[in-house]
Amino acid sequence: MTDRALVVVRAGALTTVQDLGRPGYAHLGVPRSGALDPHAAALVNRLAGNAPDAAVLETTVNGCALRPRSAVTVAVGGAPCPVAVGGRPAAWGAPVVVPAGELLEVGTAVAGVRAYVAVSGGIAVAPVLGSRATDLLSGLGPAPLADGTVLPLGAPAGSPARVDSAPQPRPPAELVLRVALGPRDNWFTARAVRDLTTRAYQVSSASNRIGLRTEGPALERARPGELPSEGMVLGAVQVPPDGRPVVFLADHPTTGGYPVIAVVRTADLSAAAQAVPGTPVRFVTVRRR
Amino acid sequence: MRALPVGEDALLVEVSSGERAQALHARLLRLRAEGSLAVREIVPAARTVLLDGLDDPVRWASELTTSDVLPSPPRARELIELPVRYDGPDLAEVAARWQVTEREVARIHAGTEFTVAFCGFAPGFGYLTGLPSHYDVPRRATPRTAVPAGAVALAGPYTGVYPRSSPGGWQLIGTTEAVLWDHTRVPAALLSPGTHVRFVPVEGA
Repeated sequence: MTDRALVVVRAGALTTVQDLGRPGYAHLGVPRSGALDPHAAALVNRLAGNAPDAAVLETTVNGCALRPRSAVTVAVGGAPCPVAVGGRPAAWGAPVVVPAGELLEVGTAVAGVRAYVAVSGGIAVAPVLGSRATDLLSGLGPAPLADGTVLPLGAPAGSPARVDSAPQPRPPAELVLRVALGPRDNWFTARAVRDLTTRAYQVSSASNRIGLRTEGPALERARPGELPSEGMVLGAVQVPPDGRPVVFLADHPTTGGYPVIAVVRTADLSAAAQAVPGTPVRFVTVRRR
Repeated sequence: MRALPVGEDALLVEVSSGERAQALHARLLRLRAEGSLAVREIVPAARTVLLDGLDDPVRWASELTTSDVLPSPPRARELIELPVRYDGPDLAEVAARWQVTEREVARIHAGTEFTVAFCGFAPGFGYLTGLPSHYDVPRRATPRTAVPAGAVALAGPYTGVYPRSSPGGWQLIGTTEAVLWDHTRVPAALLSPGTHVRFVPVEGA
C-alpha cells in the first residue's frame, strides 16, 4: 500500500497550491485566483502526465523542498531554477522520477519569479467552489505551504510526456504589456494617457498575486472625485490616488472604486508573473480585436 | 445606458442609477438562463453591470444599448432575515448624524427592507441598499484594523455585514450571529445580488 502524499520539507518564501482558479463567482466577491503563469502550470501538468486542471505548486523566488511518500513523477517549469533529487542535479522542464522518501529540491530562480511543480496525480487538497487554488486576497483554498505541511496526492491519470525538455519562454528582460484603453481612460488627462503608453515604468517590489505594481510617472486625473464601485477584470490597469498603475493579477478584487485606464491582454499576463522587481515595463496600445 | 468595452472580451454597461443596475442585472440573468447570453461573469455594482468573458462583446454592446425598455426586477423572491443586536461602537455617532436617538437608529434600520445591490470586498459581503439617501453616512476617517465577523455596518448609501474579521472603515451599528459565508454550504454565500434582507432586532446578552 502506498501513501500518496507529499511532505513539505522547506516551504520557501511563498508556495501556494494553484490550478485554473474559480471563475464564475465574481458576483459573490470571490476572486478567480489560479496560477499566475497559467502557461507554465499547464506545461508542467502535461509533462507530469496530469490533466490540465490538476493542482500544482507555485513557488516564489526561492523554490521549495518536498519529500514524496511514494514514488512520483514531477516536472518543474516556469522560472528557470536548479532541480535536485536526493542531492543530485535533475532536469528542469522535463519529467523527473522521485523515488519514495527522496528529497526533491526546487532551488532559487536564476531568472523570473515563479516556478511551478507538477506531481503525478496532482495536489489533492479539498476543492473550494470547484478549485484547489489558494486565494491570498480572500483566504479561500488551502493556506500557503508551511514547513511540515503534508499534501495529499491524487491517483495518476496519464503517462508522463516523453520529452527531454520542452521549450518555455524566457522570463522577460523587458515586460511589454499590450493594452486596450478604457473603460475609464476619460478620467485621466490626455497627457496621462500619453505618459502611460510612452514613458518608462518598472516592476515594483510591492507586486504580489493581487497586482503587478509599478513605479514611474504618476498618471494625472482629469476629474476629481470617487468612482462608484464597479466590476474589475483580470489585467485591469487600475490607478490609485498615488497615480502609479497597478495591473490586476489572479487574486484581484472583483469590484473596485479606482478608475481603470486600460486593460492588459490576458496573453501577456504570464510574462507579468515572471517579471522581477526592477524590470522595465512598457505599456503599448493595441487595437481591440 | 452606455456599454464601455473592457479589454478583449468584457463590457461595462453603465446606467443612471443603482435601481437600473439591479434591473439590468436581473434581465441579464434571465438572458443567460434562457441560453441567449454566453458569458463567464455577470457582476452588478453601484451604477454598472460588468459582463466578463463574453463570446461577442461588439454585438452585445449594440444590442444592450439599443433595447431601451428596462423591465423592473422580479418581485420579492427570497427574503433573508438577519437577527441583529444594535450594539455597535459607532451607534452613537450614527444617531448624532441622523439626529435621532440610538433606539431610533435601530427602529429605522430594522424597519427597512434592503436589497443586495452587489457583492465585493470579500466573499459573501453584500452592499445592501434600501435606506433613504438622507441616512447616508461617511466612512470613518481612520479605518479599523480589525472589524469582527458579523459586524453590521453603514457607509455611504449602503449597509453591509462583515463575513469574517477584516480591516474596515464602515460605521459599526450592530452584530449578527448569522453566517454570511461558509464554503462547505450550498450556496456558500447567504447573500447574493438581488436577495432581499430584513434585520430583526434581538435582545443582547
